[in-house]
Amino acid sequence: MRAIHYLNQFFAGLGGEEAAETQPTRLDGAVGPGRGLAAALEEVEIVATLACGDDYFGEHEEKALAVLLDLLEAERPDVLIAGPAFGSGRYGYACARFSRMAAERFGIPALAAMHEENPGVGATDGKALVVPTGVNVAGMRDALPRMASLAEALASGRELGPPEEEGYLPRGFRRNRIDERPGAERAVDLLLAKLGGETRSEVASGFDRVEPPPPVTDLSQALVALVTEAGCVPQGNPDRLPTIRAQGWLRYSLAGEASLRSGEYESVHGGFDVTLANEDPNRLVPLDTVRALEGEGRLGRIHDAFYTTTGNGTPVAVSTRFGHEIAAELTASGVEAVLLSGT
Amino acid sequence: MLAKEIERAGIPTVFVTSLPTIATMIGANRIVRGPAITHPFGLDEAERRRIVERALEMLETEVEPATVWELER
Repeated sequence: MRAIHYLNQFFAGLGGEEAAETQPTRLDGAVGPGRGLAAALEEVEIVATLACGDDYFGEHEEKALAVLLDLLEAERPDVLIAGPAFGSGRYGYACARFSRMAAERFGIPALAAMHEENPGVGATDGKALVVPTGVNVAGMRDALPRMASLAEALASGRELGPPEEEGYLPRGFRRNRIDERPGAERAVDLLLAKLGGETRSEVASGFDRVEPPPPVTDLSQALVALVTEAGCVPQGNPDRLPTIRAQGWLRYSLAGEASLRSGEYESVHGGFDVTLANEDPNRLVPLDTVRALEGEGRLGRIHDAFYTTTGNGTPVAVSTRFGHEIAAELTASGVEAVLLSGT
Repeated sequence: MLAKEIERAGIPTVFVTSLPTIATMIGANRIVRGPAITHPFGLDEAERRRIVERALEMLETEVEPATVWELER
């Protein structure tokens, strides 16, 4: 099986910072760290090394990628190996972008090796494996055998085990599998471990973060929208919003409405007792109060529709899509602040 | 997830929920702890006004990620 190895100008032996503007180039066989890698590879041969200056890649990314991808395609490799870039941000970014594009564009499995805090880690977008390394070149000896064994796995098409067993960084998705031991036994194991001072989890919490947007400067001039995950709909649920595992969200007009009156609105949420909510739906969507505040001038204007779904058993990817779609409508309507309720 | 995605679009969003721990875990930033799962915006108008006022105050405030405010300051 054939591998292509990607290096920056320094590790390819083309020069230091003075050569950082080097354009993409092809070298025969294994070069620099590639020699150590080749020694660790059994079934895979490094047929060529592609190299590019870090600055050239950063400043001319599209051009550099286009040339590198052409050179790569001509070699028809079974795997692309990039780095190790250790803690170098420019080099790590180039490794990540190139390996991601190789996987996306040609379906060539790819791995990029770098320190786990290298900004390049995020640039693979889960399309290429990231093999964690030390922060500097002292981590070379430790990194090469691990890169080699994962490269063999990728080239042969072997199905990979979980990140902690195979030695790559989590790619941001979960795979279901049947375990031989029931959940109760595994939970007791985790509990005992925790009592022993070691906190482990079978499920990594991999939620990304969003920086809080700046506050509203003047609410008395702002357009404010009401959104709810509490399953609030017009009485009788005319659009059949599901009580659980909703596949979509709904928008209902608030034009001319002063309050969400009982008997005109209800909650169909299947995850809590809706008795109190149905007695007074303003307990979920506080229209009566925000209308009063609108009248008093505390709020500029209430958006003339509210958005609703049932946040109950909704997979993360699905509710992310809801949020994305609702946000697009709110943005298009010029909404400047949102009151959201969840149960 | 709705709060996070709407804030991602740049619109400050306050999430009123009685389960703030889950809200912080999934990435909501502006959270006001509501009184109960069954009625996040309170039982009567006076209580509701206190909750809404608190939420509005949070919309006017610069916050760190995953900030939770109690109803009573």
